[in-house]
Amino acid sequence: MDERPASTLSALEYDPAPESAALARLRESYGLFIGGAFVEAHDGATFETINPATEEPLARVAQAGEADVAAAVAAARRAYDKVWRKTTGAQRSKYLFRIARLIQERSRELAVLESLDNGKPIRESRDLDVPLAAAHFFYYAGWADKLDHAGFGPDPRPLGVAGQIIPWNFPLLMAAWKLAPALAAGNTCVLKPAETTPLSALVLAEILQQAELPDGVVNILTGDGSTGAALVDAALDKVAFTGSTEVGKVILRRLAGRPTRLTLELGGKGANIVFDDAPLDEVVEGIVDGIFFNQGHVCCAGSRLLVQESIAEEVLHRLRRRVDQLRVGDPLDKNTDVGAINSAAQLEKIRELTAWGEREGATRYTSPCALPERGYWFAPTVFTDVAQTHRIAREEVFGPVLSVLTFRTPEEAVAKANNTTYGLACGVWSEKGSRTLWVAQRLRAGVVWANTYNRFDPASPFGGVRESGFGREGGRHGLEAYLDV
Amino acid sequence: MGITVGSVVGVSPAPLRLVVDDERAVRPRPGASVPVVESEAQLRSLLQGLAGVDAVGAEARAAKLATRSLKRETKRAAIDLALSMVDLTTLEGADTPGRVASLCAKARRPDPDEPDAPAVAAVCVYPDLVATARVHLAGSPVRVASVATAFPSGRASRAVKLLDVADAVAAGADEVDMVLDRGAFLSGRLGEVFDEVVAVREACGPAHLKVILEVGELVTYDNVRRASWLAMLAGADFIKTSTGKVAVNATLPTALVMLEAVRDFAESTGRLVGVKAAGGIRTTKEALRYLVVVNETAGSAWLDPTLFRFGASSLVNDLLLQRRKQRSGAYARPDRISLD
Repeated sequence: MDERPASTLSALEYDPAPESAALARLRESYGLFIGGAFVEAHDGATFETINPATEEPLARVAQAGEADVAAAVAAARRAYDKVWRKTTGAQRSKYLFRIARLIQERSRELAVLESLDNGKPIRESRDLDVPLAAAHFFYYAGWADKLDHAGFGPDPRPLGVAGQIIPWNFPLLMAAWKLAPALAAGNTCVLKPAETTPLSALVLAEILQQAELPDGVVNILTGDGSTGAALVDAALDKVAFTGSTEVGKVILRRLAGRPTRLTLELGGKGANIVFDDAPLDEVVEGIVDGIFFNQGHVCCAGSRLLVQESIAEEVLHRLRRRVDQLRVGDPLDKNTDVGAINSAAQLEKIRELTAWGEREGATRYTSPCALPERGYWFAPTVFTDVAQTHRIAREEVFGPVLSVLTFRTPEEAVAKANNTTYGLACGVWSEKGSRTLWVAQRLRAGVVWANTYNRFDPASPFGGVRESGFGREGGRHGLEAYLDV
Repeated sequence: MGITVGSVVGVSPAPLRLVVDDERAVRPRPGASVPVVESEAQLRSLLQGLAGVDAVGAEARAAKLATRSLKRETKRAAIDLALSMVDLTTLEGADTPGRVASLCAKARRPDPDEPDAPAVAAVCVYPDLVATARVHLAGSPVRVASVATAFPSGRASRAVKLLDVADAVAAGADEVDMVLDRGAFLSGRLGEVFDEVVAVREACGPAHLKVILEVGELVTYDNVRRASWLAMLAGADFIKTSTGKVAVNATLPTALVMLEAVRDFAESTGRLVGVKAAGGIRTTKEALRYLVVVNETAGSAWLDPTLFRFGASSLVNDLLLQRRKQRSGAYARPDRISLD
């Protein structure tokens, strides 16, 4: 018998499979979107947005100042008084359906643009961010003509002009979360995307034009924190903010004593609680999805793993093996699992907090993956031997950094999970339904996932308690934030 | 490769052995050994002590792995690897010596125009055609596999099943694909199922034993995981998804669960067991997805025909078409590829 040649493939080392950056149709410069038209900033100011994976500039974007904020709010007020408040629910629904379909039509462009500007893997922008953004418009398109039946009394009224400030972690998706319910309920909007990720919102502005949304119903102002501050100080009926707890507190103070409604979706330090009867292979995936999804730039990230001490060693063994497999690198590569950290400032913050983790005595494990030379990168990291007193157990890292703590009993798990100033999300892993429900009832968090983590659906309300904010986005509950009820 | 296994071509496979010289290889834990099953009660508690499978999570994981994109050199290598892993199968009532002969020719030289296209791993037939296959595969590295134990239902007495196996082995089968007794498994007679696999293992002698779980009849992933462990504990060299004769055959999440089982089994016992995905895999795209799941679940050691197989017939032709496409840049006319 002749010899069979040895297999040439010792491992599937995936060749690069990059999505084409040209699909993003990048332009050199982008203006502000006010009153249905793209305009330059009143004072001509601009800033650069860069690709965090390469540190190369992507485009110049207008920096909105106070005059631009005033113009945008005036345009939104005019559109509200003259057009939008007079529309029927069915008419608003029509526009929202159009927007949803246009997002789907331009989904590849949006996905590539989002990955370029944010640094997130194309797999996530393509499979999560963009489809979910479209889903939110579809979902609220369905509500627009059914507000009478939403449980807020007959004929609930919109609030008026809403100022909406969104973060850089899910730029397009957060824009959809804010705009879709506001428009369905009959409000007009001034949206401010984050300084480091302005581009997808501006393509969304083009989509609004394509959908022939009446001028001024949505206005989009790019800029830094000063733009956001000016927007909060403008004559608005409603402010909706998603971002850090620190900034949320500032906004809360500034709005005190004013008739402006406010909802805040802030930080978190989610606990992912694993009991000894949990489905272990799926637990490992859930832990990975909980903290390494979107480079850990997720306010509801499961950044604290609470694992029952009796299975901690087994879980950590499996987790390390899985963490080593994570493919970190080019966000446009279809096989990338973890992309670039969004900005130099965020990278610095992650480095500082992880240094504290080591200083305070936690044991650090970092994936041995190779990192690109240029750009902002942080290898997936797991801290064990973490105590409740450590900064990495208390503060939001907002990066791919997991803190592992152990517990002995369900009571202890609940006590430790709740021992935080935040209260956005938690996960519970157990094959025993009664235990899952017992724990879920006692967790002080807006969202509790059972045997899964970081699952989002437009029909499901999302939001926090305590320093994670108030108000709900998504679902029927999400309408309440934009209705006078 | 961190693994040495029994000769692929020989008929007396050495015990599978794990050599730790590769960072990414699965390593047996200290003190790893195959537990001796002494009673049905012990077997039951062992199987029930396995962690459960969350169906939603397992399916989500498989779906995520299915988005991996294999390009260029990886794709070329993966197509050849997949080809070398195929058990080219014919299991029809209408099988004849002529049909088996033509299948054997195809197995040895799948693409006559491309002599470097690798031969497939084995030809899989019913026991009465093993001798025919043996003759037509003489001198080639392609192995002869035979289904046995009253395939596909397994509804016959133990004695008949063992005779079926002995028949296939006597006719020269290198590999025997037995069917797990799903009836006994589902009614909780685990000891009976275990004993039967042990008895068949013995009857196989030097031949490799693949145990078909028939996942479409076990239905739940928990059952698939437990049946995988049962078969491995009883001495299976391979665990195989399906007969190809029921409505649901190999699926990516099922293969994922089985690959997790062989990985965990290797870690806790030091013994490497192979996985065969059979039934319904017809395209290169699907086959490559399986290889990705193999790579990222059990690990690179399993990227070898000694540890992973496809049970398929039409898959080969799509692999050959895609192989030509990778080389020439254009799709060949289907008529350039032989029928079987």
